[in-house]
Amino acid sequence: MSVRAPGRRVAGRLLHVGVLVFFTGALAFPFFWMLIAAFKQNIDLYTVENNPFKFNLPPTFEHVRFLFTQTRFLRWLGNTALVGGIVVAITLLVAVPAAYSLARLTGRWGERLGIAIFLTYLIPPTLLFIPLSRVVGLLGLQDSIFSLVLVYPSMTIPFSIWLLMGFFKSIPRELEDAAMVDGLTRFGAFLRMVVPISVSGILTVVIFSFTLVTQEFVYALTFISPEANQMIGVGVPIFLVRGDVYYWGSLMAACLVASLPIGILYNLFLDRFIAGFTFGSVK
Amino acid sequence: MAIVETRHLTKVFKQGELGAVNDVSLATEEGEFLVFLGPSGSGKTTLLRMIAGLETPTSGEIRIGGRVVNDLTPRERRIAMVFQSYALYPHLTVYKNIAFPLKAQGIPRAEHRKKVEWAAGLLGIGRLLDRKPRELSGGERQRVALARAIVREPEVFLLDEPLSNLDAKLRASAREELERFHESVRTTTIYVTHDQVEAMAMGDRIVVMNFGEVRQIGTPAEVYDEPADTFVATFLGSPPMNLVERDDLIVGFRPEHFFPVAVLAGRAAVPEHLRAHDREGPYVPIGLRVTHEEYLGSERVVYGALDGGPFDGKKVISRMPSTLVARYEPGTVHAFAVTERHLKLYDRATGKRTAGRPPREVWR
Amino acid sequence: MRPAAAPGDPGQGRFLGVAMFAPAVLYILLLIAVPFGLAVLYAFSDARIGSTSFHLVGLENFRSILQSPSFRKALRNSIVFTLVAQAIVIVCSNILSIALEKPFRGRGFVRFLILLPWVAPVSLGTIGWKWILDSIYSVITWVLVALHLVKPFNTPMWLGEPHLAMASVILVHCWRLIPFSTVIMLAGRSAISKEIPEAAAIDGAGFWRTTFQINLPMMTPILSVAVLFGIIFTFTDMTVVYILTAGGPYDSTQTLPSLAFATGIAGSDLAAGAAISLFLVPVLVLVAYGMLRLAHRAEVV
Repeated sequence: MSVRAPGRRVAGRLLHVGVLVFFTGALAFPFFWMLIAAFKQNIDLYTVENNPFKFNLPPTFEHVRFLFTQTRFLRWLGNTALVGGIVVAITLLVAVPAAYSLARLTGRWGERLGIAIFLTYLIPPTLLFIPLSRVVGLLGLQDSIFSLVLVYPSMTIPFSIWLLMGFFKSIPRELEDAAMVDGLTRFGAFLRMVVPISVSGILTVVIFSFTLVTQEFVYALTFISPEANQMIGVGVPIFLVRGDVYYWGSLMAACLVASLPIGILYNLFLDRFIAGFTFGSVK
Repeated sequence: MAIVETRHLTKVFKQGELGAVNDVSLATEEGEFLVFLGPSGSGKTTLLRMIAGLETPTSGEIRIGGRVVNDLTPRERRIAMVFQSYALYPHLTVYKNIAFPLKAQGIPRAEHRKKVEWAAGLLGIGRLLDRKPRELSGGERQRVALARAIVREPEVFLLDEPLSNLDAKLRASAREELERFHESVRTTTIYVTHDQVEAMAMGDRIVVMNFGEVRQIGTPAEVYDEPADTFVATFLGSPPMNLVERDDLIVGFRPEHFFPVAVLAGRAAVPEHLRAHDREGPYVPIGLRVTHEEYLGSERVVYGALDGGPFDGKKVISRMPSTLVARYEPGTVHAFAVTERHLKLYDRATGKRTAGRPPREVWR
Repeated sequence: MRPAAAPGDPGQGRFLGVAMFAPAVLYILLLIAVPFGLAVLYAFSDARIGSTSFHLVGLENFRSILQSPSFRKALRNSIVFTLVAQAIVIVCSNILSIALEKPFRGRGFVRFLILLPWVAPVSLGTIGWKWILDSIYSVITWVLVALHLVKPFNTPMWLGEPHLAMASVILVHCWRLIPFSTVIMLAGRSAISKEIPEAAAIDGAGFWRTTFQINLPMMTPILSVAVLFGIIFTFTDMTVVYILTAGGPYDSTQTLPSLAFATGIAGSDLAAGAAISLFLVPVLVLVAYGMLRLAHRAEVV
């Protein structure tokens, strides 16, 4: 730490702590709030005069119970997990070889193609959802979760290819050359040598794809109407409402339950995502 | 131009761990080129950074030009520093890089050009002023870093291994430029390096450090010819000094002082430059059983083990000009010797130089 | 067992290479390029949900939506929300990334907390805000009342009054994006060799000069990445608006994507919806261009 005049140091310290407290508080507050609302009794929740920051009546599990037994919450979780799993598998099957090929086997124009593929990530669902809704209808997948299984990889594959390209490039060529000198074909070297080493990159793609599935809203909203077939991201805001009445307690509980695990997973792989976003210039 | 002084300077990084810098007291002489030499982790860079104001000492005092600077920011210490990577601002042109310190210190814009051109002229980079750092070669970058350092006319220069990022070929010419630069400006300079050849070539005096402590301060001749302990003895010189142990003593002698007896006894044809010097004084005869030899063009290096006597079997190295014609077959035993005054004694427990017994007694 | 390929063997590699990325290219073509083409086609047609008729109608759709006040509002909102949110995000994420730069105890946990808005699903975070901004039960209102800044019977309609609603939408977008931006900036800062700010300190630069004249300019590429992605995420998002305000009150928070949805799916007018969503393209092209420039720079330097 470089030397600073003593007075300056204290002021700097205070400001530093102040900034951190302010931002952490502001950003994390809604989740803290979800936590409180999820366990507050309805009477407490809906009495305007009550101090919302404390439990004026003892906390209750009623909302959580309601969520898990009287709503389709578990079903939505199951749907999301199923779709997530299949989409991850498809993504890996398609993106891993593609990324390897673009990183190793195709030279300059492979590089360009990689960038072009990355750019397709910029084409948003809010542009494609209208034509895709027709396509989905024509294929008879309307209202089925398999409509999402079909469409989601188009969102996960481009960025995954980009992530993996950067990853494969950082593996020294000599490793594959050595494997081929030892008798493997190119593809064999890829399968038996490169893939096992790339476990962390592949894991990143898995987490990225899965979280993307859980976060998606537009396609799920557009393609699926029946409540039972819905995903968690759409089910919770749309169907935890009866008529005009929001079941806030259960809603908040649902949000918390759905957000936290994903949050933890994503956090673990953050650095790799950053590398992907910044064209690998930052690790 | 000022003297840099440290008094009992210590830096501890973690509670309970040994200090990165331990109780270092030293003083530069005005205008000298002082080298901090040591392996990585020896504390030399930490010491430099404390002098610069980039690290706060745990205890001890630093004085520059007579005033205590412990509480002064780097800017207030009137020093300049050249970093290992040169730390040129990549988004600024060479001109703006050199002008930056002037800007930061509030010197009016009108005076910038004159000073920048003076500094650039001193280093011969006048024609590079509009380029960006990434367009420059390694040597040119060093010159820009030096120009930026000198433009404020600081009292002290601090250099942190500026040559280690250059490739070998470039290093020699860059080193020469640094030496010439110092000659022309004569500002007190402290130079950190792990390369003992650099230290010997450039330093007026060398501060040899290890494990945060100063092992010896002296001119290149002093630290090389009369090393104060076994660390200094083996760190300087390549191949390192031969060290053989017995009882509570370690005896050291450099490979280039370890000769066939015939040379020392005047019985062989000895090249001119060896004649007068090394043959002075009594010599101690030492048998050498050769393991292998290396012919390096200008010199010959013979590896072997001592044969007979109290140090039988200990591995040693001999180094001689290849003009001394002789063959050293593996397995053969030859009569070698060392002039007595080239035998240095060290205490085995502390590693420090000791007077002890006369060297030839030790060899009995 | 095929004979081992020579490492530099172009022939076999070329074919294999194409085979390996063909599925990906096919997928992208079929599910992105083709739908994109269809969107353009629909925009010039009279497609509707529930009807199979399909005729090309030229610029008819564009003409009618350009005259629609809802559309004009949506266009304006999209631009305003995006720019305002981005400006706020840049400033906040810079400040926050400076604060997070140096390690301190618990930094990992703080980072986790700060990231929650970004990693939680958009819709769920937004619903959380809907509760916080509820007209009657808002905790913010409660605090303001307790501080006597607001009268209890005249509480702000955070999502019901046009200007407040717009501010709320912008707020939620900022809340989501600040973590993302901050993390990217942090990565950018850590990529600056620490010797540079030290050299600046020795040269005599104080905190502000170092930040504005050295650190920020050096971070321009990373900043640009954060901004470009931020623009995409805000400009093309319909979830926040849909859940928070459904475009209301009176279209005051309608944006291009949410209007496209309301018109195309809820309103069954696929053609008009498609036409509206096409207005996203110019911004996308600009962003893509920006990304290309950055990618090129990243390779060259």
